[in-house]
Amino acid sequence: MSPGDGRRADVGVPAAAAERAFREARAGVLAVLIRQVGDFQLAEDAVQDAFAAAVATWPRDGVPANPAAWITTAARRRAIDRLRRTRSLADRTDRLAQLARLDSQEHAVDGEQSAVEDDRLRLVFTCCHPALALPARTALTLRMLGGLTTGEIARAFLVSETTMGQRISRAKAKIAGAGIPYRVPTDDVLPDRLRGVLAVVYLIFNEGYSAAAGERLVRGELCSEAIRLGRLLARLMPDDAEVLGLLALMLLHDARRDARVDEIGRYVGLDEQDRTRWDQGRIREGLRLLEQAVRRRRPGSYQLQAAITALQVEAPSPEQTDWVEIAALYSRLAELERSPVVELNRAVAVGFAAGPTAGLDLLGPLLEDPRLAGYQPLHAAHAELLRRCGDVAAAAAAYGRAIELSANVVERAELEQRLRALVQD
Amino acid sequence: MPKYMLLIYGAAEGGPSAEEMPAEHQKWNEYTASLRAADAGLVGDQLRGVDEATTVRVVDGETQITDGPFAVTKELLAGYYIMDCPDLDVALGHAARAPIVTHGSVEVRPVFVYPAG
Repeated sequence: MSPGDGRRADVGVPAAAAERAFREARAGVLAVLIRQVGDFQLAEDAVQDAFAAAVATWPRDGVPANPAAWITTAARRRAIDRLRRTRSLADRTDRLAQLARLDSQEHAVDGEQSAVEDDRLRLVFTCCHPALALPARTALTLRMLGGLTTGEIARAFLVSETTMGQRISRAKAKIAGAGIPYRVPTDDVLPDRLRGVLAVVYLIFNEGYSAAAGERLVRGELCSEAIRLGRLLARLMPDDAEVLGLLALMLLHDARRDARVDEIGRYVGLDEQDRTRWDQGRIREGLRLLEQAVRRRRPGSYQLQAAITALQVEAPSPEQTDWVEIAALYSRLAELERSPVVELNRAVAVGFAAGPTAGLDLLGPLLEDPRLAGYQPLHAAHAELLRRCGDVAAAAAAYGRAIELSANVVERAELEQRLRALVQD
Repeated sequence: MPKYMLLIYGAAEGGPSAEEMPAEHQKWNEYTASLRAADAGLVGDQLRGVDEATTVRVVDGETQITDGPFAVTKELLAGYYIMDCPDLDVALGHAARAPIVTHGSVEVRPVFVYPAG
């Protein structure tokens, strides 16, 4: 197979280099090909065929100057072959005619950057379509736009490869069968759909970020993938403040990823973290993005969360954290997002900014809410505020409740340690 | 062009009062007209209540006829439309404008299309 592309001078590359070049180009090629062939599965199968061709020829002939264009052309020809063989597709003839037309055009068009970017954006919105169940959206997004294999995604979400494979193929079948369109949504639904896309990316990030110590290695990849997706969105939609805000938020959290675990794998809270282990490059990038976002003057919840995180990482020490400003930001966040998690964090921030009694006042309504009776972080925060008020008996009782509710071994050990310290004082 | 069925589900309890009925009819007439403007071949009907529904099954060769709907749920099928839409997003857009969506729901189902030939 030689789609007539110029080769690099370094003829003869290891198979691993061919595979790397292929992985990098895959998502862009898929995005273009899905539009051209009108079907996710067919596009994926054709790209897989092209991969086999690349592995066979690139090590011998060298990696083409434009790997993406090479793969696109090769994959489109494979798609034509596959279409000729299938009889089940109703509009096979139309598709074949269209593909043949594309194939006769100048190959250089395939690599054109702006067209590829448009297709990537279509792919993002289709993978995150609300007609798909949330687990399917995250899986499909990782499979189609990220660089992970089905097996890797399965391990990261702690399900079997079979289950994950079924989840992804069901999603692709629904896209084809229900007619989920391959395009950027119309203006009337775009803000809603974009919020949905950002939610999927943040969910992927949190799956990786909240992983327990033993699972960290495999699930850490999810953080990297989410940040890659965040960068892609920031490139595709640079004018949207929340897109930038989400990327800033993820970078500022991720900067502290390594410092959250000590040498023997134990969780380390924000106050005790070794700040020299924070990734300053990520922090600088996150702060710069947040600044860009805020200049758009379109406040949103990701920007507010990023601003809160920024204040925490910018403080030279835990004691010098600007809790007054953090509490104010949480108040604004609570206006945008009615959620008990936000309310709890606001109470904790106020507890530092204005003293534990003020924090306890805010916690009152949450403690009376029966739906939160089993919410462990609420009781842990309650215990902490009571301790700082000097109410040892009530604090001990609240720690007891938090310990009962804790499902995580590391977390429970930490709470038990605090309870012991309280009783000894 | 793909075909979609919009299944209109209403709450089993409650519903509009006698005084509210004319306004309710007006809303549905306007909605149906808007769908017909999008697809002249629109098909659709309102169904009579589930009190008048009868369900038929054949079990071991014996026809079983029972009073009532297939399943008694909080929301019951009250009507349907079948129409051509270019894609799911367009169908979902139509569904979101149905007068029922604030107190009931609309299920959007693609209609099976047999391959030509």
